[in-house]
Amino acid sequence: MNMNLTLLGQMITFAMLVWVTMKYVWPPITKAMEERQAKIADGLAAAERGKHEQELAERRSKELLKEAKGDAAEIIAQAQKRSNEIIEEAKEAARAEGDRILTAAKAEIEQEANRAREQLRAQVVTLAVAGAGRILKREIDAKAHDDLLKDVIKQL
Amino acid sequence: MASENLTAGEYIKHHLGHLTVGEGFWAINIDTMAWSIGLGVVFLLIFLKAAKTATAGVPNGVQNFAEILVEFVDQQVKDSFHGRSKLIAPLALTIFVWVFLMNIVKLLPYDLFPMLANAVGIEYMRINPTSDINATFGMSIAVFLLIIFYSIKIKGFSGFGKEMIFTPFGKYLVPFNFIMKVVEELAKPVSLSLRLFGNMYAGGLIFTLIALVPWWIAWTVGLTWSLFKLLIITLQAFIFMMLTIVYLSMAHEDH
Repeated sequence: MNMNLTLLGQMITFAMLVWVTMKYVWPPITKAMEERQAKIADGLAAAERGKHEQELAERRSKELLKEAKGDAAEIIAQAQKRSNEIIEEAKEAARAEGDRILTAAKAEIEQEANRAREQLRAQVVTLAVAGAGRILKREIDAKAHDDLLKDVIKQL
Repeated sequence: MASENLTAGEYIKHHLGHLTVGEGFWAINIDTMAWSIGLGVVFLLIFLKAAKTATAGVPNGVQNFAEILVEFVDQQVKDSFHGRSKLIAPLALTIFVWVFLMNIVKLLPYDLFPMLANAVGIEYMRINPTSDINATFGMSIAVFLLIIFYSIKIKGFSGFGKEMIFTPFGKYLVPFNFIMKVVEELAKPVSLSLRLFGNMYAGGLIFTLIALVPWWIAWTVGLTWSLFKLLIITLQAFIFMMLTIVYLSMAHEDH
């Protein structure tokens, strides 16, 4: 166990190793580690932010959904109301049309009846005159008894 | 196992010898130098690869490994060192990984490398640099120089001088203070290096002894000691790093 020049050689080797480590090994590795640390921190922050945003969006979507549901319900109610109205209107129109047709038919029937009555009356008159003529032969002059005949016709 | 033609004493002695070139103080232990530089290069290759491909995105295998160590060391430095220094964390990382690597080669098959070396005609080959006192002292003296450098840089020359002579007992015991402080400062590198050296040297010696027990029982003690040693290896690397941080932290603090 004797001290010799190896001591100096070891000191030089040691110094060189430390120098290389300090210059070329330590800085890149610690830099990469620091950068990764920053990156991870950023990532975590971003995730946190994303989570928060998602929460907000969810809340907003819920609100929108509620609003839309309300709108839809309102629209359905309006449509129902409107359809009821339309049905009522149609019913009303149909009833009016029916009435109108009925009235027209009634009027026509009356007219028809009147006309028939007129015809009948005229024929009855003719028949009556003919009958009376036959009975009275020439004793009754149509011209002389026109007033009487007209009176008879009115009474028929 | 020991070669049949060696006695136990010769075997142990053989394992404690260094591959040395030169005489006296000017000798240099080639095996220690080669293995420590080689392991230093392994350390740098792994970490330089990690540094080159370092990305803030998803890290791959090497980067994960490097980052675990870097983060571990960085945490230790942040916990015990309160100044700001670009040097201290890389220094701690280098110490931890390099010492760990130099310790762990001890767990390689104990006779393998000496035998390989013998096969190519090299007589001595100790692959564990940290059981060479020169290696541990080399590191601890470098740390000691850093301690002195930072003490003077932070406190100023006069501040450091005042600290050396006026603490811990005030101005009436100046010479005594000075002796105390010198011992205190010198104790740092000595304890740093002797602790590591002692652990590794003793561990290696026990491996040598284990290699001498009969082969059919050697694996039980060998395995037990290797597992225990694994703990010591990591612990010693950690202690060396931790104490370096603490000493440098003390050098940065004004009293």
